[in-house]
Amino acid sequence: MRIFKGTAVFSGIAIGTVSLYKKNESKVKRIHGEDAETEKERFTWAVEQACEQLGKLYDKALTEVGEASAAIFEAHQMMIEDDDYIESVEHIIESQKVNAEYAVACTSDNYASMFQAMDDEYMRGRAADVKDVSNRIINILKGEGMQVVEGDNSLIVVADDLAPSETVQMDKSKVISFVTRYGSSNSHTAILARTMNIPALIKVEFPEDIHGKTAIVDGYEGALIVEPDEEALEKYTKKRDEYMRRRKLLQELKGKENVTRDGRKIELYANIGGVSDAISALQNDAGGIGLFRSEFLYLGSDSYPTEDEQFGAYKSVAEAMAGKKVIIRTLDIGADKQADYFGLEREENPAMGFRAIRICLKRPEVFKTQLRAILRASMYGNISIMFPMIISVAEVRTIKAILAQVKDELKKDGIPYKDIEIGVMIETPAAALISDELAKEVDFFSIGTNDLTQYTLAIDRQNEQLAHIYDTHHPAVLRMIEMVVNNGHAHNCWVGICGELASDIELTKRFIDMGVDELSVSPAFILELREKIREL
Amino acid sequence: MQTINYTIKDSEGIHARPAGVLVKVAKEFEASIKMRKDDKDADCKKIFAVMGLCVKCGETIQIVVDGKDENEAAQAVLKCLEENL
Repeated sequence: MRIFKGTAVFSGIAIGTVSLYKKNESKVKRIHGEDAETEKERFTWAVEQACEQLGKLYDKALTEVGEASAAIFEAHQMMIEDDDYIESVEHIIESQKVNAEYAVACTSDNYASMFQAMDDEYMRGRAADVKDVSNRIINILKGEGMQVVEGDNSLIVVADDLAPSETVQMDKSKVISFVTRYGSSNSHTAILARTMNIPALIKVEFPEDIHGKTAIVDGYEGALIVEPDEEALEKYTKKRDEYMRRRKLLQELKGKENVTRDGRKIELYANIGGVSDAISALQNDAGGIGLFRSEFLYLGSDSYPTEDEQFGAYKSVAEAMAGKKVIIRTLDIGADKQADYFGLEREENPAMGFRAIRICLKRPEVFKTQLRAILRASMYGNISIMFPMIISVAEVRTIKAILAQVKDELKKDGIPYKDIEIGVMIETPAAALISDELAKEVDFFSIGTNDLTQYTLAIDRQNEQLAHIYDTHHPAVLRMIEMVVNNGHAHNCWVGICGELASDIELTKRFIDMGVDELSVSPAFILELREKIREL
Repeated sequence: MQTINYTIKDSEGIHARPAGVLVKVAKEFEASIKMRKDDKDADCKKIFAVMGLCVKCGETIQIVVDGKDENEAAQAVLKCLEENL
C-alpha cells in the first residue's frame, strides 16, 4: 500500500483502477529539404481536419458540459484559422524548407512564448491554448491520435495535467476521479470534476508505475492510496457507499427550490471558514455563502495577514461562487479565538471583553487593511460585508465612515471596487432591541444565535454545569429573533440567521413563519434542510 | 469612422473564449475593425492579435471601425463587448 498526498479540489471517495494518461509528446523532428508546396498542402489539409475535429468537440461539449465550456473549442478553431498563424507556418515552411510538423511546432513556440513572457498569470495560461491547438495539427500531420485511456469501467484518470480537448474525448461514464500532478483549484480539471460531481486531487507527486493498479481517491483528506490493504479497502468501501448515498440525495435535491408546500421560499446559504470550503458549499448546492469567517487568515498566521493575502482568499471564494452572494464577516477574534501577535491582554471575562469589531475600531489600521482587501475582491463576484458584535448605532456609523475613507483611498489609487451591501450581526441583546434603529443604517441583518443565546440567558455556553438549563429554544431568544425580523423588514433590511440554530430542523417551520429570508448553515446541512422545507 | 471606448469588466481580461466571440462578430463585417490599447493596434478579425494586446480587467480599449458597414459593425461590436467582456 502506498499513499500519495495532494490537495483535494472536490470531495468524495472513489475506488477503481488507475489509468495513467500520457500526452503524445514524442518530439517533432526537423526534416530539411522538403518540397514547400507539398508541405503547405499537407498543412492546409491538417488545418481542415483539425477544424472538423474541433467542430465535433464543440458539439459534444455543448451537450455534455454546456455552452460556456464549449466556447473554448470555437476559440481554438479561430486560432488555427487566424491569418497570422497560418502565414507564420507557411513562411517557415518556405524559408527554411522544412516539414509542416516542424513549422507548426515553431509557430506554436513563438506564440506561446509571447504569452508566457507576460507578467500576468492569466496571460501565461493562454500559452496552453496555443500549444493545445498546435499539438492537434501536429498529431493529425503525424497520423497519430490522442492517447486513449484504457482499462475497466471505474477509471481513476491520473495525469500531469489535462486540457479541455483531452478530457472531452474521454468516455466520461467510465471516469470516477481525476488526479493531476499540476493544476489549481480553478483549473479545467477541477471545474470539470465539480461539474461531474466526482472527487479530484491536484498537486499529487505520483510515480509512473501505478498504471493499472487498484487505488482509492480520498477527496476529503486529499490522498491517493495505491494498492490498498484489505483494512483500508473495507474502510473506504463503507465510506464510499455512504458518500454515494449522500450523492443520490444530493442529485435528487440539487437544483430544486427551497420552497414549502404552500409556496413560501427561503434562501439556504453556507457557513464557511476557509477558501477550500467553498467547494463543499457548491457541492451541496448552497445558494451563496451566508457567513465567510475571515478568522482563518489571522489564526493560521504568525503576523497580521497582508492585504494581498486577504484579497487572494476573498477573490478565490467570490470567483468559485460565480456570482452567488458571498458575505464576508470581518475579523471576529478575541474570547475563545486568540492569536499571539495581537498582543491581547488576559481578561476576566473575555466573552464580554475586547473582541471582534471592538478590536477593529480600536486598531483601525488592521481593520482598514481588511476592508481594502474585501473591496478589491468585490470586483470578482458578488461580495457583501458584515460586522460582528455590534451594540450601537454609533458603532455602525463609525464603521461606515471608515469604509468611506477606504473607498476614497482606493479611488485615489485608481483601484476598482463595487459599492457592496453591508450588514451587521445581531448577536447581542442590545443589537436585537435596537434593531429598528440599526435597520436604517444597513442592508441586511444576520442573527448569530450562539452568542445571542449565551448573552440573553447569561449562560456561558461552554460551562458544562449549566448545560441542562442552556435552552437553545428559549422563548426569549425566539421572541428576539422574531422582533429582529419584523424590525428589519419594516426598514427594507433582509434578515438571515447564521448561528447553529439555523440548522435546527425543529425550528425551520418557526423561522419560515416568522419570515426569515435566509438560513446559513454548514454545507453538509443544506440538503437536509431543503428536504425538510419541501415537506412543510 | 466610428470609435468606441470600453473598459473591460471580465476578471480574466480578454482571454481566448471572449476573444473568439469578438473575432466571430468582427468577421461578419466588411469594415476594418481595430482594437487599440495604449499605442498598440490589433486587427479584431485575428484572434492572436486580439489576445496579444494582453488586455486586463479594468483596462480601457478603443475600437476603431472604418468602412462601408461601419455603423452596423460598431453596434454589433459594442453589444458583443457588453455581453462578453
